[in-house]
Amino acid sequence: MYEILEKKVWQEEKPRITEFKVNAPEIARAHQAGQFVILIVDENGERIPLTIADKDAEKGTINILFQEVGKSTICLGKLEVGEKIHHVTGPLGKPTHVEKFGTVVCVGGGIGIAPVHPIAKAMKDAGNKVISILGSRSKDLLIYEDKMNAASSEVRVTTDDGTYGRHGFVTDELKAMIEEEKIPIDLVVVIGPPIMMKFVCKVTEPHKIKTFASLNTIMVDGTGMCGACRVTVGGKTKFVCVDGPEFDGHQVDFEEMMMRQKQYLTEEKIAVERCGKGACHQG
Amino acid sequence: MSDEKQLKGASKAKPKRPKIPRQAMPEQDPHVRAKNFDSVTLGYTDEQAIAEATRCLQCKKPFCIQGCPVSINIPGFIQAIKDRDYAKAVQVIKETNLLPAVCGRVCPQEEQCENRCILGKKQEPVAIGRLERFVADYEAAHGESPLPELPSKTGKKVAVVGAGPGGLTVAGDLIRKGHDVTVFEALHKAGGVLVYGIPEFRLPKAIVEREVDYLKKLGVVFKMNHVIGKIRTIDQLMKEDGFDAVFIGSGAGLPWFMDIPGENLNGVFSANEYLTRNNLMKAFDFPNYDTPIKRFKNVAVIGGGNVAMDSVRTALRLGADNAYIVYRRGREEMPARKEEVDHAEHEGVQFKNLTAPVRILGNEDGWVTGLECLKMELGEPDASGRRRPIPIEGSEFVLDMDAVIIAIGTSANPLIGQTTPDLKLSRRGYIEVENETTGRSSKKGVFAGGDIVTGAATVILAMGAGRNAANAIQQYLETGEWWTPNGDGEK
Repeated sequence: MYEILEKKVWQEEKPRITEFKVNAPEIARAHQAGQFVILIVDENGERIPLTIADKDAEKGTINILFQEVGKSTICLGKLEVGEKIHHVTGPLGKPTHVEKFGTVVCVGGGIGIAPVHPIAKAMKDAGNKVISILGSRSKDLLIYEDKMNAASSEVRVTTDDGTYGRHGFVTDELKAMIEEEKIPIDLVVVIGPPIMMKFVCKVTEPHKIKTFASLNTIMVDGTGMCGACRVTVGGKTKFVCVDGPEFDGHQVDFEEMMMRQKQYLTEEKIAVERCGKGACHQG
Repeated sequence: MSDEKQLKGASKAKPKRPKIPRQAMPEQDPHVRAKNFDSVTLGYTDEQAIAEATRCLQCKKPFCIQGCPVSINIPGFIQAIKDRDYAKAVQVIKETNLLPAVCGRVCPQEEQCENRCILGKKQEPVAIGRLERFVADYEAAHGESPLPELPSKTGKKVAVVGAGPGGLTVAGDLIRKGHDVTVFEALHKAGGVLVYGIPEFRLPKAIVEREVDYLKKLGVVFKMNHVIGKIRTIDQLMKEDGFDAVFIGSGAGLPWFMDIPGENLNGVFSANEYLTRNNLMKAFDFPNYDTPIKRFKNVAVIGGGNVAMDSVRTALRLGADNAYIVYRRGREEMPARKEEVDHAEHEGVQFKNLTAPVRILGNEDGWVTGLECLKMELGEPDASGRRRPIPIEGSEFVLDMDAVIIAIGTSANPLIGQTTPDLKLSRRGYIEVENETTGRSSKKGVFAGGDIVTGAATVILAMGAGRNAANAIQQYLETGEWWTPNGDGEK
């Protein structure tokens, strides 16, 4: 189970961005847009949540894409085709609420473009006009452009350094669409770094455009038992793993969420240093 | 000489038994064990076990059995110990309980079997739990007893949702009736609360693994990483996968928080998170294991149950200088086992009883710095039968703290309810069953038991519910008879 069938390195330069196609027939069959998996790289590994970027229900495969920033993702990235991930649990979380809204703007930032992909696809299949905004630091770091082209009516790209598309942030593009182009937007779905999601929500809020933000918080079990993933939404504590991962972005307390994300930075550093000394794949 | 005296005494009107005191359990020195995760209690020696077994009166009408949720033949196995036939003792227990090493360690025997022991009226009751553990540990040390002979296959398939104590009991009972049993577990290890909740120092994980392996040898199939309600629904299990009956023992769900300011600060954990990191994921051995846990110096655990005791004792072992229990009632009212409270105290846990938290204080970086509390006094008994805590006005005070662990209970896990529309749930999301002696839910062929029915309870009560459900499932598989909530049986 959970054998790696294909490996693609999107970006070699650190942090490396890697995509796997993994054999997981039951998960592929049950998966719906917006859901995620929890995986454990090896027997001593931790449980980490990763969103499903693509799937083939018939062939029984799922795609996961990750940036190698912590020890677990670095070790994961060292696996090669034919090797196995020890545990993959999923699909978890509530699926995205998909219906015909009208015009849906899907905003993906960095590797957040990958998890936005199945949502864009599902929204398009439901008869929506999907305009996607993809943001990355530079042209070389842009992922999934082809897949997003296929899943969208229109794709717009922004890069921080201006090497491709609009020079600037996704928020600049979104703001221009709303205020200058006057495109009527019925829904915005955003996945990316928390700070980016926060500012996208700030752009849409005064225009009362419904905005779903998909949150990626610290999790342990991911099945509604441990409460590590809690986040304040509309003044109430919610659990990302069972109440989410998507929430009304205008209600999310992003400041608190970003603060909680930093809880284990010291430990992550220790683990990464050890990993650099070749301590992956113990046990 | 003393023997003669005793014989003399025995020849008089009423035979008098030799007064042997209840045998104490050897344990690690509290100061040493407060710094390690090894077993606190060490188990009886042969001599101690036999001396303790000799205390049993072998009652004709043994009340102890009535006190046991799974009805172990207690006098039977104790007699076998007395006869030094430990292998037989194992057999006797395993007729009704496949998890003796677990139950011998974590059951609240003082409220169950031992509470009914006749000896307990005048002196201390027989240490039934410690004897059960002795027998189970003997088996572990001397190789397993031969597998029981299984009946020929019935061709019926049963799905068990959750590999916790309830699910494991159902699986063990039904595989021995000749049915095919598949256990679906959400986590990557079987055992449920036995592996994620109860710490190594109270229940070594190797023991749970051994009990699970035994079920595998009997033919139970375990499917790990399977979150039922997500990867498959109950309906899919029954309609597409061909299961004739389903037992839901999905256990406790989301942790409760207190709804006080500061609860989402960094350094505030649910007991479930804290214990899962440490027990299931072995965070105490970070960085050899990848899951981190913080080693805080001043830790407050809110609550007075076994989970609170497990959390606070874990905090001590992770190096806390000050580990507190903050509990709004008194020590007498604590739901935790007395033994666990005593162990915690001996290890250096500080008790702040009659104290209720009102606010968690934090610094600019979002980390916990203190816990503001209110003193309480006890008033009249409330619905739970315990005296109601009443705040003393103006008694606020602040404890300096780096971490707060909340151990005040859990609510029902929503995953199965959300995806099984015709399964009747209570207002609070628990699965409604006909009664706890059958575990029959509102959905034909679906049974439930344990925390997902009753709310957070004990390991042995979940096992008792599993035993009852297994009997009801057996009956259903044989007859096909069902019930409807209005009382009409449905065929």
